[in-house]
Amino acid sequence: MTAQPFEVKPYPEMWESLDMDVPRFEKSRQMLGEVYTNMYLSQTNRPAKMQYFDDMVSEIFGGRIQEMLEVKKTGKPIVGTFCVYIPEEVVVAAGGVCVGLCGGSQGSVPDAEKILPRNICPMVKSAYGFKAGRICPYFQTVDFVYGETTCDAKKKTWEILDRLVPTHVMEIPQMKNKRDKTLWLEEVHDFKAKVEDVCGEEITTEKLAQAIRVINNKRKALQRLTALRAHNPAPISGKDALLLEQIAFYDEPVRFAEKVNELCDELEERVKNDDGVADKSAPRVMVSGTPMALPNWKVHNLIETAGAVVVNEESCIGTRYFKDLIDENKSTMDEQLSVLTDRYMQIDCSCFTPNDDRVDQVLKEYRDSNAQGILHYSLQFCHTYNIEEIKIREACEKEGIPYLSIESDYSPEDVGQLQTRIEAFLEQIRE
Amino acid sequence: MRVGIDLGSRTIKVATLVDGVLQDFRVEESGFEPHRQALEMVGSYKPGKITATGYGRHLAHKHFAQDVITEIKAHALGARHYYPDCMTILDVGGQDCKVIVLNQSGKVANFQMNDKCAAGTGRFLEIMAASLGYTIKEFGEAAMTSHQDVVINSMCTVFAESEVISMKNSGIKPADIARAVHLSVTSRLVGMLNRIGYKEKVVFSGGVANNPCIVKMLEERLQIPVFIPETPDIVGALGAAIHAGKNENDTLS
Repeated sequence: MTAQPFEVKPYPEMWESLDMDVPRFEKSRQMLGEVYTNMYLSQTNRPAKMQYFDDMVSEIFGGRIQEMLEVKKTGKPIVGTFCVYIPEEVVVAAGGVCVGLCGGSQGSVPDAEKILPRNICPMVKSAYGFKAGRICPYFQTVDFVYGETTCDAKKKTWEILDRLVPTHVMEIPQMKNKRDKTLWLEEVHDFKAKVEDVCGEEITTEKLAQAIRVINNKRKALQRLTALRAHNPAPISGKDALLLEQIAFYDEPVRFAEKVNELCDELEERVKNDDGVADKSAPRVMVSGTPMALPNWKVHNLIETAGAVVVNEESCIGTRYFKDLIDENKSTMDEQLSVLTDRYMQIDCSCFTPNDDRVDQVLKEYRDSNAQGILHYSLQFCHTYNIEEIKIREACEKEGIPYLSIESDYSPEDVGQLQTRIEAFLEQIRE
Repeated sequence: MRVGIDLGSRTIKVATLVDGVLQDFRVEESGFEPHRQALEMVGSYKPGKITATGYGRHLAHKHFAQDVITEIKAHALGARHYYPDCMTILDVGGQDCKVIVLNQSGKVANFQMNDKCAAGTGRFLEIMAASLGYTIKEFGEAAMTSHQDVVINSMCTVFAESEVISMKNSGIKPADIARAVHLSVTSRLVGMLNRIGYKEKVVFSGGVANNPCIVKMLEERLQIPVFIPETPDIVGALGAAIHAGKNENDTLS
């Protein structure tokens, strides 16, 4: 065996051409490689098909960017996003790339705090900091950023971010009445026009139908992965599954679905043979709440280092992204956009009021994943998830589900306290 | 002999248990190599088994302890040793404060810990005492001599310290400020107890339980008696020792 140490590959010339802060980015690249080696490659009995996803991490700042630049050269749109409300089928129909931008690291927070208030969501700060510091190649590649109005911190930051990169804001309704769908549908039409404007081509019914199939297939592959994780012993670690859910936001969708399905074939074999990454007696934890953007592996790492296994993520980087599909049998553009909007209106983000569907969804996923406890994770200053947590907690109390709520940001300073809480939670489950 | 070690943020506690009875204990301020220090503290004892708890539990496990449990579980076991019918434990240590609610059989039903800040902890009291020129012992005593209702608004240690300094400079008596600091810590603890829905009997452990002023204020606010173990700072270490005894047959003495 060749013992080549893992590294996130450097592409200094390309980064230079993207106007990045190369010396500084070089440090983040090395750090990501080290963190990944420690947290991921140290795991035992990983599925062999994780190799592709290791490679995707290795090429995260290089190979994948090159592919996107090739697409960009042909005049197709590259659209960056931080939210699962982006109608990515529209971008794909235009032959473009929809990509989740950097926003999961403490490293860029000081850049943001030079201008943004300190006491706002770490994801918003991290994201803004990546652009301000010129340390995210994705940010440097996009034609425009898709912003939305899911929270106050985001919607006001878009105004400031727009000074650095064009930012197209869509108004997300906050209720689910008929008039809200009307609003959202109009926003989808505007978004389509915006994308067509960037690429100078019309999005046809055929192209949109094809894009809907492509993204449905990607979501189906992730659904299949989730179903396999319900088996005890778990065939794949929560960390690896979370990584796949994160890569779903930057990989090419057709290839990604194919690779996830190949991995699922392997996991099916494991399930048949009762071959797991953890012992059958290992506590099974479901994580619910705010998204964990790459490389935010903090909570999963703490849970799994303590001997438990994460079996589900009820989160935007998780099931909220792929639980719903779009009806593929519509033949006119109006019908297509209408069913597309229906699908996006089903997303149970805490920005909606009321949002009791999410409480039911959490309980359903708890049962479906054969979990033994729920850990609610909320980013600091995320008011909607933090307050909605009350209803999730009450539902868990009523159902007798072991429950732990934590609020955290990207900094490592609370790791000791979180570790104590998580281990105490696992002691509760074990007894 | 079972030995429990609690490697806390400020002190290391060792407790020994023979035939289910607390035999001896030691408490020391922790230094740079807590695991080495802890091992020295175990020194002359001849333990059958050692269980570690506290922030340094994994370090101790790596070097010598056979087993680890969290502070949460350790306090549940330790508090029940003193008060077999207790249902709630309030533990205020150097770096954190926690509230643990038990079920009838003594298992942890629910718990809450403070967030990543020193407000409402022993460290908060130490810093405030120092800025008023009191030792920690004098601090509680001075607070008890005051009957003035001065209010400290800030919960953050850094801001509260500057608030205390401006109070001092506006001529408010140190004893009155001391009372205000104790009141602010008490209301934070009462807030945590209410939030989790505490049940009687409430046991108060950790170094801060040695502060008579906090105990008195807690009882006044809660309108119930609060029970303090004889040696409140070793409840965690004792709980660890009890755990060490549980998972082993009794041939070792």
